[in-house]
Amino acid sequence: MKAIVNIFLKEGVLDPQGKAIHHALDAIGFEGVEDVRMGKQIVLKLSATSKEEALKEVEKMAEEILANTVIEDYTIELV
Amino acid sequence: MKNIAILQFPGTNCDLDTVYAFDKLGCKTHIVWHKETSLPKDTDLVVIAGGFSYGDYLRSGAIAKFSPIMKGVVEYANSGGKVLGICNGFQILTEVGLLEGALKRNINLHFISKFQTLKVVNNRNEFLQKCEKDEVLNIPIAHADGNYYIDEDGYRELEKNGQILVQYCNPRGEREVVNGSVNSIAGICNKEKNVFGLMPHPERAMEMVLGSKDGVKMLEGLIA
Repeated sequence: MKAIVNIFLKEGVLDPQGKAIHHALDAIGFEGVEDVRMGKQIVLKLSATSKEEALKEVEKMAEEILANTVIEDYTIELV
Repeated sequence: MKNIAILQFPGTNCDLDTVYAFDKLGCKTHIVWHKETSLPKDTDLVVIAGGFSYGDYLRSGAIAKFSPIMKGVVEYANSGGKVLGICNGFQILTEVGLLEGALKRNINLHFISKFQTLKVVNNRNEFLQKCEKDEVLNIPIAHADGNYYIDEDGYRELEKNGQILVQYCNPRGEREVVNGSVNSIAGICNKEKNVFGLMPHPERAMEMVLGSKDGVKMLEGLIA
């Protein structure tokens, strides 16, 4: 089983990298982009067979180390 | 003679500058490798030196907080011991939860390395006791992730408790935006005023041949 953890700065926390990408898109002529957020994706290959267990464990990982919940939100997807 | 424990992680690169600075102030310095599980006996001050612990992978300071020595540092701080985190050390202290807030990528996305003037916001603490309030200090900065973030409630608490130590300013002492930090904060302490963190490098400003010796009066406060 794989767990895909997506980590983004929280809404309301300014994302300088997203902003730079937004500027670049504007500069080369792409219109209609209202906002850009840049995050990171961490893909974990797990030995667990139970989805429920895996989710619990990955949530713990996200809270403890993968994300800094002072400034970041995360989502977990199991595939 | 004061005993200073200076932490060394893989990727720390300001440890020897920090040793030099505290030796110069007449202290006994001890480099402590991150795999140690306890601090040397009779430690008077722990300094988490700057650098790129674990290559700053994941986030600055995120992996270092799980090093064996950090458990000892947290216990030391919680029992009232003095801890100073410089640059990457500041990032580690926020990651481990000894200081509030977090440090994000600089607003202009650049690694900023230059001399920077700082205003002393509060000197009612051991670290800045030798500085005057509103004094302007000239101290080098060198970081990519120095953009200090804290939410509004958190900021009000810092202000109320006198936890804001230094703020980026121009040479006239007027607040300046350098890296996007909330209210240009360059350094803070905890509520109990025994844990200090700042992005600028006082250990690089110890004598005029280096461009400034304003770092002396900062570090002297901690060993007074």
